[in-house]
Amino acid sequence: MTSTRVLDSLVIAGLVLFPILAPGYLDLGTRVVILVLCAMSLDLLVGYCGLVTLGHAAFFGVGAYAAGIFALRASAEPVFGLLAGGAAAAVLGIVSGAVLLRSRRLTLIMLSLATVLIMQEMANRLGWLTGGADGLQGIVMAPVAGQFAFDLFGRVSYVYAAVVLALGFLAFRSLVDSDFGKSLVGIRENEARMRAIGTPVDARLRTAFVAAAAMAGVAGALQAQVAEFVALNALSVEFSSEILIMLILGGAGRRYGAFLGAPVYVVMQDYLAREDPANWYLWIGLLLLAIVFLAPGGLTAWVSMLAQRVKGKRR
Amino acid sequence: MPGSRTAVVVVALLAAVGSSAALSTACSSAPPPTKAVKVGIVLTYSGPDASIGEAIDRGAELYRTLHKADLPEGVELQLIKRDETGPTPDVAKRLARELIVREGVQILTGGQWTPNVSAIAPLATEAGIPYVVMSSGTASTTRLSPFLVRVAFTTWQHSYHLGKWAAANGLTRVSTVVSDYAAGLDAEDAFVQGFKGAGGQIVSSVRAPLRTADYVPFLERVRRDKPQAVYGFNPGGPEATRFIKAYHDLGLAAAGIQLIGPNAIVPDDELKNMGEAALNVISASHYSAAGDRPANRTFVNEWKKAYGQDTVPNYFAVGGWDGMAAIFAVIREQNGVLDPKRSQEILTNWSNPDSPRGPMRIDPETRDVIHNIYIRRVQQVDGELRNVEFATIPDVKDPWKELHPESNAGTR
Amino acid sequence: MFELVDLLVSLTFYGTAYGMVLYLLAVGLSVTLGLMRFVNLAHGVFAMTGGYLTVTAMSRFGVPFLAAVLAAVIVVGALGMLLERTLCRRLYAAPILEQVLFSIGLIFVSIAIARYVFGPLAQPITLPGWLTGRINVGIGVFPTYRVFLVGIGAILALAIWAGIERTRFGASVRAAVDNRRMAESVGINVNLVFTVCFGLGTALAALGGSLGADLLPIYPGYPNDYLVYFLIVVAVAGIGNIRGALAVALAFGIADTMIRYFLPGFGRVLIFLLVMAVLFRNPHGFAPKIHA
Repeated sequence: MTSTRVLDSLVIAGLVLFPILAPGYLDLGTRVVILVLCAMSLDLLVGYCGLVTLGHAAFFGVGAYAAGIFALRASAEPVFGLLAGGAAAAVLGIVSGAVLLRSRRLTLIMLSLATVLIMQEMANRLGWLTGGADGLQGIVMAPVAGQFAFDLFGRVSYVYAAVVLALGFLAFRSLVDSDFGKSLVGIRENEARMRAIGTPVDARLRTAFVAAAAMAGVAGALQAQVAEFVALNALSVEFSSEILIMLILGGAGRRYGAFLGAPVYVVMQDYLAREDPANWYLWIGLLLLAIVFLAPGGLTAWVSMLAQRVKGKRR
Repeated sequence: MPGSRTAVVVVALLAAVGSSAALSTACSSAPPPTKAVKVGIVLTYSGPDASIGEAIDRGAELYRTLHKADLPEGVELQLIKRDETGPTPDVAKRLARELIVREGVQILTGGQWTPNVSAIAPLATEAGIPYVVMSSGTASTTRLSPFLVRVAFTTWQHSYHLGKWAAANGLTRVSTVVSDYAAGLDAEDAFVQGFKGAGGQIVSSVRAPLRTADYVPFLERVRRDKPQAVYGFNPGGPEATRFIKAYHDLGLAAAGIQLIGPNAIVPDDELKNMGEAALNVISASHYSAAGDRPANRTFVNEWKKAYGQDTVPNYFAVGGWDGMAAIFAVIREQNGVLDPKRSQEILTNWSNPDSPRGPMRIDPETRDVIHNIYIRRVQQVDGELRNVEFATIPDVKDPWKELHPESNAGTR
Repeated sequence: MFELVDLLVSLTFYGTAYGMVLYLLAVGLSVTLGLMRFVNLAHGVFAMTGGYLTVTAMSRFGVPFLAAVLAAVIVVGALGMLLERTLCRRLYAAPILEQVLFSIGLIFVSIAIARYVFGPLAQPITLPGWLTGRINVGIGVFPTYRVFLVGIGAILALAIWAGIERTRFGASVRAAVDNRRMAESVGINVNLVFTVCFGLGTALAALGGSLGADLLPIYPGYPNDYLVYFLIVVAVAGIGNIRGALAVALAFGIADTMIRYFLPGFGRVLIFLLVMAVLFRNPHGFAPKIHA
């Protein structure tokens, strides 16, 4: 069993090597990095807590708008913007979590949908703050750490986003490897039993919920800063579904799901949407059905199965 | 065994991606013509609003096919299409950037959504290439970039002049029901300014949430207020049909409350879905499929030949058509070798006296379109419902920009 | 004063008609959820299919309205049973994530097919003559179509109640919902009950979609647009609470209509917040406790 430490370092290495291997695709890389961060935060909820939600876009979108509004009205310093985005999303996580986490399964899904729809509607209405349907425009970011200005080719954007992702991954890692993380898995597997042995289930789930929200908010803030634009689609149910699909493609609850799923999804979308845009839904739908019935663990499960076989053959 | 099943999925995935990649490389390895002018078009080809993107694309393609011979000898027009998937400005910006940096397009076009256009405009400025906007009716759009030229229309051209016309034609007490989003509020503002400016009185203003399933409660209020007419605005498509049906179900027409609005409430291609509920609705637009002029008759006939006898072009399609005409003019006058400055000059002074919508031209001061606005009524003609033009307001500039003059330096 | 009462009566009526359609759309989902614990977010797909079949039968083949609805309901019910036996059954024991993904996959595929076959625009539906115009029902004059919806909704609600409470099959369903193992051990063929129930659920969805086609237009985005509304009805009523579903659907329809009339500035925010408040107090909705 390859140690997670080795695999984790491979992930970091991948982030570092990408701009060297594919220098013309940096804006695509930045986009993937942001989506990985968002999918990773969803993994905490879906994969580790076992809470299936279609409302994750609410946190991403709130983080994006908060960072954008912060840049326009308070300070254009990028790192402060990230903190603003994460904090705003965390607040939403606390408030919505208080309602959502009292339910499970279908009710939880429905409430998460309602949350996204409420946030989207509010963003639409508060046009003076958010730009409404036209989007939040005119964001101009100050150079990162006072020195590195965002450029047309996206070099600074990529490094900035990649660093944030790396830090996020370290945080995710320590959370998941800790006793807290293990208790989450226990809750996922058998909530009743965890309650019976005295685990403060509600408090743990709420904490995980807020942590996931904050991370998604940071991802959203990154997006706002890198694109210098925020629009209502960041708060859409469609986007929530996309993040979920990316995670599933990679495999939920398997640590690296987001890192495999997001790039594959984005590449697929780029090609299939280019060649045959009208039938994109068909392909994705069939893919989902295929995953459900043939490959429930996603790509990570497949890769680890391959690795096992290879090891088995060696012996 | 689970492993082999997963393998099947992954192999299928890779096969799909691989074959698409192979297809695309196969296509692009064809021998290049003498001179290829690359034009990038960014529209919505998928998702719920794909019908608009499709209409624009069809209009553009129709012009391209019919006027192939107009291109100079040895010059080929390469139209590179990208799907922005909806009002998603980050996607649109990324696609535009790819088109500029990777594909090296010399002209950008499309422009279906205001937020997407706002995201793309700075790229056009940065790269110094013309951006021909075929749709998107927000008045201030042309101020986003000095390289932006709009061939479509503005909301104010429709609704402001409808307001003036209504007040001058006996409809002095009007209620408004609009969808609560940027375009809806813009339309409401336009109508109210034109209407009140001409002496009209607004009885009540109702704003319906976007994607309203049932307009009956909102129109119920109108029924009780008993105005002479109700001005409506909604995003078009299924919403327009729901709106008209609610108007009809409540018996508002029978109660003498006339329905008026911009083109969006009675799109030409939705008319047959609306049925008799749409009869006698008055609307203002720059284009009607039933417009009685030779250029339009040709346009509609060719459209039906290309896309089916039971299809009908709408005002989005005309935007695509005229946009392509403008691009052709740019290519012709420079013989396939495009200089950005000269392209810009040609576009800002371009005119098409023979457009299916009637005579149109670009205002060099604002880079926006000047055309006729027609007041139309839905009538039964030859067994089908059509928007029949009965009044013309000639040579209309965008009223919003005339009322809000500002320097056109390209910043908001 | 009289004006206000008249207005409230009007709005209540319109809300009831809307609520009836939501009830028909939601009740099938409540049954399958309560019975099979199967989270089927793709319920709207069956409603949409029913709607498309009805509209096509009417416009392409000239079938009269009610006959077309009946045909659509039967076809979709059969399709539902087929789907249950082949695919859904494999997912009953699967984690909720798999069920959700299956639903999303199904939604996407059906949207793509609908768009390909019928195009992206809403389907035109020409109601039969006896459903057009307005009719006086004592308390006011309303569009005949909506009066029809209220009436037929009430009849169907009664039929469903009778079916559940008064028939042997209904008893088997209730038994299987309460305690599956026990029901099996007394000889109830639970698998058959599941299949038939799923078919009934989808048939009801098709009924809601077809009858409501003039209120909620049939177009490829249908399963997505209205999903949250019938999820709300099911969740607030409580899983498996079929009687409650009617009350909640009507309450939601009326509340939504009133809010849209009096406070249109709030859009959907207010009604969603209301739903959240209700669920905050009663996380399991108003359902009587179901034995796991």
